[in-house]
Amino acid sequence: MQRIGVFVCHCGTNIAATVDVKAVAKAMEKEPGVVFSTDYTYMCSEAGQTLVQDSIKKYGLTGVVICSCSPHMHELTFQKAIAKAGLNPYMLEIANIREQCSWVTKDIKVATEKAIVLARAAVAKVVLNSPLTSGTTQVTKRALVIGGGIAGMQTALDIAEAGFKVDLVEKNPSIGGKMAQLDKTFPTLDCASCIVTPKMVDVGQNENIRILSYSEVAEVSGFVGNFDVKIKRKARYVDEDKCTGCGACTEKCPMKKIPNEFNHNLNNRSCIYIPFAQAVPKVATIDPRYCLMLNKGKCGICSKVCQAGAINYKAKDEYIEEKYGAIVVATGYEQIKVDKYDEYAYSQSPDVVTSLEYERLMNAAGPTNGHLLRPSDGKEPKKIVWIQCVGSRETCDPTKGPARGKPYCSKVCCMYTAKQAILTKDHYPDTDLYVFYIDVRTPGKNFDEFYRRAVEQYNVHYIKGQVGKVTPENGKLMVQGSDLLLGEQVHIEADMVVLSAAIEPSPTARPLATMLTTQMDTNDFFTEAHPKLRPVESATAGIFLSGMCQGPKDIPETVAQASAAAAKVIGLLCKKELTNNACVAHPNEMMCNGCSQCQGVCPYGAITYVEKEFRMPDRTTKVRRVAQVNEAVCQGCGACTVTCPSGAMDLRGFSNQEIMAEVDAICQ
Amino acid sequence: MSVNENKEWKPLIVAFCCNWCSYSGADTAGNNRASYPDNVKIIRVPCSCRINPLFILRAFQRGADGVLVMGCHPGDCHYTTGNYHTRRRMTLLFSMLNYLGVESARTRVEWVSAAEGARFAEVVTDFTKTIEELGENRRLEDLRCKTN
Amino acid sequence: MASNYEVTKDEILAISGVNPLKCMQCGKCSGTCPAYDEMEYHPNQFVLMVERGEIDKLMASKSIYKCMSCMACIERCPRQVEPAKLVEAIRLAVIRKQGQNHLIPDDVPAKLDPDLPQQALVSAFRKYTK
Repeated sequence: MQRIGVFVCHCGTNIAATVDVKAVAKAMEKEPGVVFSTDYTYMCSEAGQTLVQDSIKKYGLTGVVICSCSPHMHELTFQKAIAKAGLNPYMLEIANIREQCSWVTKDIKVATEKAIVLARAAVAKVVLNSPLTSGTTQVTKRALVIGGGIAGMQTALDIAEAGFKVDLVEKNPSIGGKMAQLDKTFPTLDCASCIVTPKMVDVGQNENIRILSYSEVAEVSGFVGNFDVKIKRKARYVDEDKCTGCGACTEKCPMKKIPNEFNHNLNNRSCIYIPFAQAVPKVATIDPRYCLMLNKGKCGICSKVCQAGAINYKAKDEYIEEKYGAIVVATGYEQIKVDKYDEYAYSQSPDVVTSLEYERLMNAAGPTNGHLLRPSDGKEPKKIVWIQCVGSRETCDPTKGPARGKPYCSKVCCMYTAKQAILTKDHYPDTDLYVFYIDVRTPGKNFDEFYRRAVEQYNVHYIKGQVGKVTPENGKLMVQGSDLLLGEQVHIEADMVVLSAAIEPSPTARPLATMLTTQMDTNDFFTEAHPKLRPVESATAGIFLSGMCQGPKDIPETVAQASAAAAKVIGLLCKKELTNNACVAHPNEMMCNGCSQCQGVCPYGAITYVEKEFRMPDRTTKVRRVAQVNEAVCQGCGACTVTCPSGAMDLRGFSNQEIMAEVDAICQ
Repeated sequence: MSVNENKEWKPLIVAFCCNWCSYSGADTAGNNRASYPDNVKIIRVPCSCRINPLFILRAFQRGADGVLVMGCHPGDCHYTTGNYHTRRRMTLLFSMLNYLGVESARTRVEWVSAAEGARFAEVVTDFTKTIEELGENRRLEDLRCKTN
Repeated sequence: MASNYEVTKDEILAISGVNPLKCMQCGKCSGTCPAYDEMEYHPNQFVLMVERGEIDKLMASKSIYKCMSCMACIERCPRQVEPAKLVEAIRLAVIRKQGQNHLIPDDVPAKLDPDLPQQALVSAFRKYTK
């Protein structure tokens, strides 16, 4: 039999002015289970808490009801207080008679009546409460970072600096990501590879970081502190440990006409290749799609020229399995495919390029060695037109087929266009540059100044309007657009057109989100746990977000988020063990019929099914499939409890019985 | 003190509020000293998806005149998808209430965020008015037998 | 319908089914329009003017007959605003007024051109005449 104590708080006059607290305390004396009931000016004060603790000892209380302010204010205070007196903290209920009674009701009689009902409901619930203990789980002191771009590298470095082991998974042969492909960075115009390659070297040399390049995450199970991850290491056909990166094989390889992805297919590479000079790890990779030896069984030249004997044509995809305490997603972005935009003639003329392709055309390590030459005829362009918002800020009518563009602003295009224009003018002052824009968006430190510099110092012609069509004609590109400020249609005979195509999350992000049971928005960006207050955590505990995979952002923002994610990971890995939420779902295995409904509604993937042996009344045993809740993962929302058709699932702290008792107490 | 002695009928309304948005919204209403009818008694649940339709029927069975279900705005659920489950379940339940003998206007799903104290008071006041107009709950009697 | 009857913005929106508030004034319609130079009010201005309720000005403008209904603006608009449908709606509103036919049969012989396809004449009648 429970022995309940009720304590009614005056809260100075906050409650006592409109609620007859003595009457409430007196009314509670008659409630079943209540052995002691009193009132006090400030329950949350030291003296008030002592009163509760003393009463617990004196009357042998097994449960406590505090009639006071909102549980959001002082539930934790009182939980700690009763725990000190030896009661389980979950043997406490709070009747909110301040925010939801005394402050919103003026008439004393009415307010007192309402307070009594609220207190009665709390008593009815606490009688049914049972002591709950939070479980704990161990934390594996190792982190996994998925994606080896600037975001992933920064996160990995920061975690490694703190002394934890990090595995960095990258799908491409080298880390470095998109930043390694850029020429310069805005608004300072420092060279991208000069700042990113030292970082890549740092990552490569850090003892705590293991780079798993040319690898992909294949399977994820487990939960915060204890993720089990299976990583697929794609066959490189080159032994990473033996290869010295000398490049002899790439020179001798007879297959030299393979589109070079690193240069956005603007030139060719050999079949065995090192993606770029500063690649980390600097080892060769054989492209199995084109290799003569792998496909036809003849050639083998690379194996003959390799002095280190690193070539292994018999290599196979391998899988490694590892345990991690935390996972950081840094899968980055791609530019959208612009071939759907017929009006911009991207598929018709090689001189219409995307901004990332233009970046490679300007890059000293690019296909033209930094000379800006038109892809069609290798001549220097004299007139270049940039088109902004290609595929950004577009809505679509879903009834008219799949969307061409993206509804969001890609955020970085305005700035990199100004950068590309300035750099072009720097190298080729006699070029004529035009930028068609809808709005120029430059929020950021020194950003607007930078854009104004392009206009004022470099005389880049910014035209407010959009291009309607681009027509290739006699080796030129006829650009027809509108100038909204002048109210004119403009016709430009351009040599090149650069499309500032929208960015979209990497296509690898969606399957990864499914594996990680994290949330994504409709644009396939990962959703943060809270848009303002928890921007680097996903809603799934132990999974963190870094960089463009969460939304469009520039390099400084990406690095800031990467370090923030690292700080969160370090905070998690530093813990000896994790305390779980005590109010979790738990199935009654005798009632569970193994239907899997609860598994489908659980947003955290906390429910699994196991085959379990049960002893039957006739002493035989029977194997049945029953639900099992992982208490480390369950957040206690209760979705499964209502879904369960057999009523087997219940929620600790908010059980069916407890809530029914509250309903009954209110409707007395 | 005696309750409701020799008094005319006052509606009794049970409100289920999710812990994160609408319960906090009710607190905000209190902090702003927004006054609203005292008929509404709040039961705190972790998420609106914890509200079993049985709780609502139980309330009606025990003489509640109205039941409010409150949660976070769609898309804002603390548990990301809980309120979507609520929306579906309640649509289904409400479609069957008339059959059970309870006017479907006696229940309502409302989304109230933690910041919307004024809206909380508004919703509650409006709902109470609706229930007052509907009159006393006829305790799960079949309405089809009552008409004509 | 009396000829002094005033056409409201709401009517134009109802006829066209267009929501001009979706327009972000990017100017792609005007960049696309093949009849741009002939027009007094350009496609992007057209949408803005409907939004501001300046229907009278548009109805009095010759621009509405310069639009060839090629629908390129509809095809390329990134926000699904459909400016050509607004032009069409204004045209309809004009010819619905009594005596506002833009093409009168008696004028046709003078305008005939051996290169003019029959189809163009038929569609012009459909578009400009009640």
